[in-house]
Amino acid sequence: MTAPHRLELRDICISLGSQVLLELDAEIGPGEVLTVMGPSGSGKSTLLAYLAGFLAPDFQARGQVLLDGQDISPLPAEKRGMGLLFQDPLLFPHLSVAGNLRFGLPRSVADKAQRVEGALAQIGLAGFADRDPATLSGGQKARVALMRLLLSAPCAVLLDEPFSKLDTNLRHEMRQLVFDLLREAGLPSLLVTHDREDAEDAGGRMIELNH
Amino acid sequence: MLLRLAPALIVILLVAPILAGLAMALMPAFGYLPVLGGESLSLDPWRALFAEPGIWRSTLISLASGLIATAVSLAVVFLYLAAASGKRFDRWVRRLVSPLLSIPHAAAAFGLAFLIAPSGLIARLTSPGLTGWERPPDLLIVQDPWGLSLIAGLVIKEIPFLLLMSLAALSQLDPERRVAMARSLGYRPTLAWWKVVAPSLYPLIRLPVFAVVAFASSVVDVAMILGPTLPPTLAVSILTWFSDPDLDKRFMASAGGILQLGVTATALAIWWGLERLVARLMGCWIERGGRTRGENGLRLAGKGLILLASVTAFIGIAGLTINSVAGFWRFPDALPESFTGAHWVQALPSLAGPIGSTALIALVATLLAVTLALGALENEQRTERHPSRALWLLYLPLIVPQIAFLFGLVVLVEQFGTRPTHALVIFGHLLFVLPYVFLSLSEAYRRFDPRWSRLALTLGASRNRAFWRVRLPMLLAPMLTALAVGLAVSIGQYLPTQLLGAGRITTVTTEAVSLAAGGNRRIIGVWALVQACLPLVGFIVAIGLPRLLWSNRRAMQGAP
Repeated sequence: MTAPHRLELRDICISLGSQVLLELDAEIGPGEVLTVMGPSGSGKSTLLAYLAGFLAPDFQARGQVLLDGQDISPLPAEKRGMGLLFQDPLLFPHLSVAGNLRFGLPRSVADKAQRVEGALAQIGLAGFADRDPATLSGGQKARVALMRLLLSAPCAVLLDEPFSKLDTNLRHEMRQLVFDLLREAGLPSLLVTHDREDAEDAGGRMIELNH
Repeated sequence: MLLRLAPALIVILLVAPILAGLAMALMPAFGYLPVLGGESLSLDPWRALFAEPGIWRSTLISLASGLIATAVSLAVVFLYLAAASGKRFDRWVRRLVSPLLSIPHAAAAFGLAFLIAPSGLIARLTSPGLTGWERPPDLLIVQDPWGLSLIAGLVIKEIPFLLLMSLAALSQLDPERRVAMARSLGYRPTLAWWKVVAPSLYPLIRLPVFAVVAFASSVVDVAMILGPTLPPTLAVSILTWFSDPDLDKRFMASAGGILQLGVTATALAIWWGLERLVARLMGCWIERGGRTRGENGLRLAGKGLILLASVTAFIGIAGLTINSVAGFWRFPDALPESFTGAHWVQALPSLAGPIGSTALIALVATLLAVTLALGALENEQRTERHPSRALWLLYLPLIVPQIAFLFGLVVLVEQFGTRPTHALVIFGHLLFVLPYVFLSLSEAYRRFDPRWSRLALTLGASRNRAFWRVRLPMLLAPMLTALAVGLAVSIGQYLPTQLLGAGRITTVTTEAVSLAAGGNRRIIGVWALVQACLPLVGFIVAIGLPRLLWSNRRAMQGAP
């Protein structure tokens, strides 16, 4: 989790038919968070879909996505090394809490059980391994989802309004945890949001989309 | 790689046998079948067909019973949906109707026959008190010449099917809001449903309705049990000629198969005309803007008719049960004097073989169908293509009358000198199992939140791992339901087993239907009950297994 990574977005242009949805040129260094702000319908989620490798075939995209100098845009989603944190925690309902964390661990990791236990302790959920994720509170679920993402050892992280559905009193605390851990891991992150407070807590540069 | 082939494979599997079968029925219909000495084209088979006594009556009864059964079933379902307000009674009715879907047509038909026959349960319960009958009256109620009991038998089985299809389609229409909107304009609730929901619902269930028209106008097993006998319906006559030891009759049977195709096509064309007419009448009725008149009548009919149909079906099954354990049973007595397990003990040795065959055929056909359907749906998800327009082809085996193309298939198979095997019968069942399995599974598959698979991929899982570890377990419940539906369809098949198995492969269904002619009610009761219960096993597993597996996973409990 320590090797620093760098994400470069070079002359990205996404269009639908003849209509240009968004244009972007940016560089995100290790541990940095770039915030992309904009109202709904401004193409934020299309940008994330493109970077993660899920762009619907109706859209056309130009430009290069360089992760540590390598262009990942031709790669399938699972080979990109792009982690994604959704609006909802999306813990797999058929797996236990530990099963969810294990799902993220790469196959080559040897001491899986130990890693999972350590990760749970790190987010204050030691002893929760066998719990049904449906019995966790909203904040606990969000923390497990974050830890699952980090265990999958991504090279960069995309955040899709991950705090918008949390209670206001949890939001600030969760933002701190997320940004601290991402910084500590040296991951370049791209946060998409329409909440100005998110951007302020992220502390990095900010780009506004307005369409 | 294999995945990409799945959609094409499904289309070929469904379309090729039907086209080949129709072609091989068309040629002998015009006298050409070298194996049987038909070397040149002629119209002789048609002359022989039209010289058959009662052929026009058979044809008309097939046509009329198909149309009437469909119209009545559809009316009952719409009336119910219009009157249903989500109260306890309506939910209770829905729960009553759904298991009826799994009961094979033949079993439901026997149940009805046992209920309405002159010595059936209804006559017993009303005699001699109401009717004054001391002995069974000499009336032709079952197998009446007008096909009324046949229509009734079809109606009680098609109601659950159309209800289920309508409920699935309704979820896209948001009927509560539409009705609420109309009520705010002063319409009474039932009328509101008819005027603002029904016109949008019908187009969504049109293909299933066409399938019912086609099925009801060409059905064989129900017609053998409840249909008229002198003459029988067209489809039953054709089967009799085809099985005739005189092989020359096969030419006539082939011509009959083509005639049946024409009858079903005519029924569909008439239905299409009726659709126009009803749409125009409804249009006038809606425009007139009546808000209250007819409300009470429509609501009462809606609640009463579906209850009558479902209760009839259930009492029929109860009648089968009583008959299967009845000892001596004098006529007007409502219940037998004694009960005995002798009929079961007697039937047990002969049950084992057919049950084994039934299970083998149903399991293999259903597993093949589920595999193919999963392959095609998974391919659709991975390529992110919209559902193929070829989907209507799925309805092809349900709309082309079985008897018309299965004949041709048998002729074709005989040309290759293939002997009847289980594999051949399984292939025949697959044609009918696959559409239902696909329709049942695609609904759940397409509704599945795509973010789950995306999440798995961004966590570094391969597409295959995402399928096996995420999609499949999370869709376990709908997949088991699709399996149960497939098993039920296969278990209920009569004609494909009978024709492709050349009478040498017996399943519970072929055995039960063949007992119809014998008329031993005790034995029929045993076999029909076994036939009715087999599909239930599938549904019990489909409901029970997910509950057991996910007992410690709350979010999986209410899974669709």
